[in-house]
Amino acid sequence: MERYYQKEIETADREQILAWQNERLVKQVRHVWDNVPYYRAKMEEKGVAPEDIQSVEDLHKLPFLTKDDLREAYPYGLLAKPLKDCVRIQSTSGTTGRRVVAFYTQNDIDLWEDCCARAIVAAGGTSGDVCHVCYGYGLFTGGPGLNGGSHKVGCLTLPMSSGNTDRQLQFMIDLESTILCCTPSYAAFLAESIHERGLRDKIKLKAGIFGAEAWSEEMRQDIQNKLGIKAYDIYGLTETSGPGVSFECSEQTGMHINEDHFIAEIIDPDTGEVLPEGSKGELVFTSITKEAFPLLRYRTRDICVLSRKKCSCGRTHVKMSKPMGRSDDMLIVKGVNVFPSQIETVLLEQGYPANYQIIVDRINNSDTIEVMVEMTPETFSDNLGKITEMEKKLVSALKAMLGIYAKVRLVAPKSITRSEGKAVRVIDKRKI
Amino acid sequence: MTIPQISVFLENKAGQLADITNILSENQVNMRAISIAETADYGVVRLIVDDAARASSILLEKGFILTMTPVVGVAVSDTPGGLSKVLGVISSAGIDVEYMYSVFGQQEGQACMIFRVADTEGLTALLEENGIGTVTGESLGLH
Repeated sequence: MERYYQKEIETADREQILAWQNERLVKQVRHVWDNVPYYRAKMEEKGVAPEDIQSVEDLHKLPFLTKDDLREAYPYGLLAKPLKDCVRIQSTSGTTGRRVVAFYTQNDIDLWEDCCARAIVAAGGTSGDVCHVCYGYGLFTGGPGLNGGSHKVGCLTLPMSSGNTDRQLQFMIDLESTILCCTPSYAAFLAESIHERGLRDKIKLKAGIFGAEAWSEEMRQDIQNKLGIKAYDIYGLTETSGPGVSFECSEQTGMHINEDHFIAEIIDPDTGEVLPEGSKGELVFTSITKEAFPLLRYRTRDICVLSRKKCSCGRTHVKMSKPMGRSDDMLIVKGVNVFPSQIETVLLEQGYPANYQIIVDRINNSDTIEVMVEMTPETFSDNLGKITEMEKKLVSALKAMLGIYAKVRLVAPKSITRSEGKAVRVIDKRKI
Repeated sequence: MTIPQISVFLENKAGQLADITNILSENQVNMRAISIAETADYGVVRLIVDDAARASSILLEKGFILTMTPVVGVAVSDTPGGLSKVLGVISSAGIDVEYMYSVFGQQEGQACMIFRVADTEGLTALLEENGIGTVTGESLGLH
């Protein structure tokens, strides 16, 4: 028997969902027009006034927002509520120059946590469960989001945060965790550790909610088999709230988008045109309930497909496929957003040439990133120690910029292929 | 009196060193000493050759990254304790040796060791004071 966190909403018929969306969209556009001069200017530039938006049908008239807008408007330019009404910020993975700060009122947090609670209940969670959250806590939305959702469901919540595998396993066994929330690669790593240490009989896990990075169907099978659980995908982004924008149900054939809070569109990333249902394209979200940071037509850069096919779980909200790629050059490594331009900045600052190559791979279910850098006469020395020292300096500068460890490989000059047209900066060997 | 040393950057992959020796051989450059320092991913090959100026311009032309460093050739008695005596003198003077390696072959009971130090003049003077000879480029057949 399928259970829901908010049954009336999650199983509402199409007309009802549309009615909510129409009403909320009109209100939201007015709220943004009145309180966000940055977006109002964009609307004026496009010749659109709030009166022009009467329903979801009119959504396409509104201008897009991109990550560039978020950076330009940093920190308060897209804020729609006085700071005194805001209670929290969250931010994207500490990446200098690309930072996105999102604001929340208490109501925003409540609704976000509701979305996460829906995901937990869809994964079989009840107040009798022990929810083990090892997403990072802090600025990253993963930990706080699932933590809040778990509270709403009434699970006993273990705010483990990431890292320290020994402690994770100890708590998992001693406190009999039943639901695991983390990145799929960390889940795979934990599964491997449990398998190696012969702890399979001692764990009580029944479900996992894994997101923040791409994972394959093979990886899902592997985690499910090793842990004896059902593994559910969850999707979200800081810009729109965090995890819980969409989540998987027992059918495991896509993630239900919480349409009472977000309107999803699929566009052609080149022309910006809205594509017909079922087309593959870039996912665009409009937040219709957020008060503090209401983004209208935010381009996620994630490429996917939407489906309104009837779902056996009974939920009526549209489903999105797993993201199949990006319409920009952003990489997601270990759940962290990485832009090649960030790496380039560090290399130039450290006196290395801008001719580099990034190799991303997944080894033993864990993402690796390697930066190939060409040696220069200036950085070369007859003393190996000095080269190693420079290499270490580069590694720490990259760590400071990206927030994750990237291996540096110094290579001979001109050994990185210079292609005729667009340089091949990234080689992603992961099979996702 | 110092000897010019060529240090070349080497990626740790098959055939890199052979590339260098082939180039030198094709150009009739004779090697007098070679030493390699490496990490798992890359290394530095240090060479003493008969014509350093020509060898370095050829390698540069071929796209290698290199640097020239003056090093000191020290005559070491080819008997037990020969090197120990030299190192004793250097360490009591508090001189830091960055690295050292030997030259192929020996002459009249003497081996030649290459020393890389920050202050080559200081080392030469110190050795002289202690009756230890330095080796000239000429005696190694360098032009």
